[in-house]
Amino acid sequence: MRTSLFLFVLCAANLMALAAPSAGFATQNSTSGNEKTYTITIKDFEFSPKNLEIPAGSKVVWVNKDDEPHKVLEVNKAFTSQALDSNDSFSFEFRTPGKFEYYCTLHPRMTGKIVVHEK
Amino acid sequence: MARRIIHDHNHDGIDRRGFLECMAWAGTGALCVLSGGVLKSFALTDAVETAKAASGGLSFVQISDSHIGFNKPANPDVAATLRAAIDKINALPVRPAFVLHTGDITQLSKPEEFDTAAQLLRGLKTDQIFYVPGEHDVLDGTGQMFRERFGKRAMGNGWYSFEAKGVHFIGLVNVVNMKAGGLGNLGGEQLEWLEDDLKNVSNETPIVVFAHIPLWAVYPEWGWGTDDSGKALALMKRFGSVTVLNGHIHQTMRKVEGNVTFHTAMSTAFPQPAPGTPGASPGPMAVPADQLRGVLGITDVNFVRGKQALAVTDSTLAASAEATTHSMEMQP
Repeated sequence: MRTSLFLFVLCAANLMALAAPSAGFATQNSTSGNEKTYTITIKDFEFSPKNLEIPAGSKVVWVNKDDEPHKVLEVNKAFTSQALDSNDSFSFEFRTPGKFEYYCTLHPRMTGKIVVHEK
Repeated sequence: MARRIIHDHNHDGIDRRGFLECMAWAGTGALCVLSGGVLKSFALTDAVETAKAASGGLSFVQISDSHIGFNKPANPDVAATLRAAIDKINALPVRPAFVLHTGDITQLSKPEEFDTAAQLLRGLKTDQIFYVPGEHDVLDGTGQMFRERFGKRAMGNGWYSFEAKGVHFIGLVNVVNMKAGGLGNLGGEQLEWLEDDLKNVSNETPIVVFAHIPLWAVYPEWGWGTDDSGKALALMKRFGSVTVLNGHIHQTMRKVEGNVTFHTAMSTAFPQPAPGTPGASPGPMAVPADQLRGVLGITDVNFVRGKQALAVTDSTLAASAEATTHSMEMQP
């Protein structure tokens, strides 16, 4: 019985140790105050909003609301989504400031821009 | 039954009144022939004419935009409509020597979609099927999955050429490496290959080019065009007859420019709006279920050797379908 209890405590401690880095990272993000999730809706072959300004550390989620698939690619390949069927989504966290221009590889007339500022 | 069209107000060889009249028949099934600047229309039920036209010549069929894997309201069963297209081809009065599929075979480039399409298309009564990819077939980024199945002997991203009964066929790829804000893209490597490919083809040889996105500016605002198509067409100016067959826009459209006849095919899956329709976007368009097969279809092409005429016939999948035919004679 004592051995079992010891193993349980040991396992629990290990799990906590493993969980700590990711939990800490998530906490750090959520407590800094600037980080936020932004949504870009893909509808009628347009990104909306087409232009977006966000602070570094923010996450952007693209959601496809068309009956047509779309695929997001940044022109310098900073990020690329999988093919997004209807209601599929893709997210990317912008850790560093910069200007990111992207388009749909199936319908390259569809373009958008994200400007990331310092926190 | 034949009609002679004589209104050529713009002196470009196109009688717009006749052209529109002919276009009005499209989808309900008429046969129009543009021959030496004269547009003639026939009911496609006049299969004997079609058979005659093909005798001693070459008959092939174009299908396009099967979108296997699509399951939205515009067509919940794209496999069934592809089967209907296959049945229609198998029932043609003249067995086609081969079939061209001008891309968007699949909806999402999934292996199971490619496999289903390949399995269905094995039901075609023809000697061979030639493919070019649509943008839906290259969602893996490189088109490798497409080429593994349908383009093993192709060059580059999937382009190639072949000869059939004195006609030079060229399959081009304009759906890879499309640029942000741009249209379809052929690219420098493919254009270099094309120039080289055409070097040994005589001016008198009829040319048939097939690619997914139109090689003419149908409606650039919706991406219906190819940025560098002008470079490809410039390489073909010396030829007496060039026919360009495309898909992508899910409806028949036609344009004649000098020695070049452009033609787009219907989809076997779902229709799309007419270019520039107010409030519309270039995506699937739902129509009442009992009207769907009237806006889907196949394109039958007959080349008559000696007359050097190439007749392009559109017919829908509707049970009572007639067809629309256009034919272009070689320039002197």
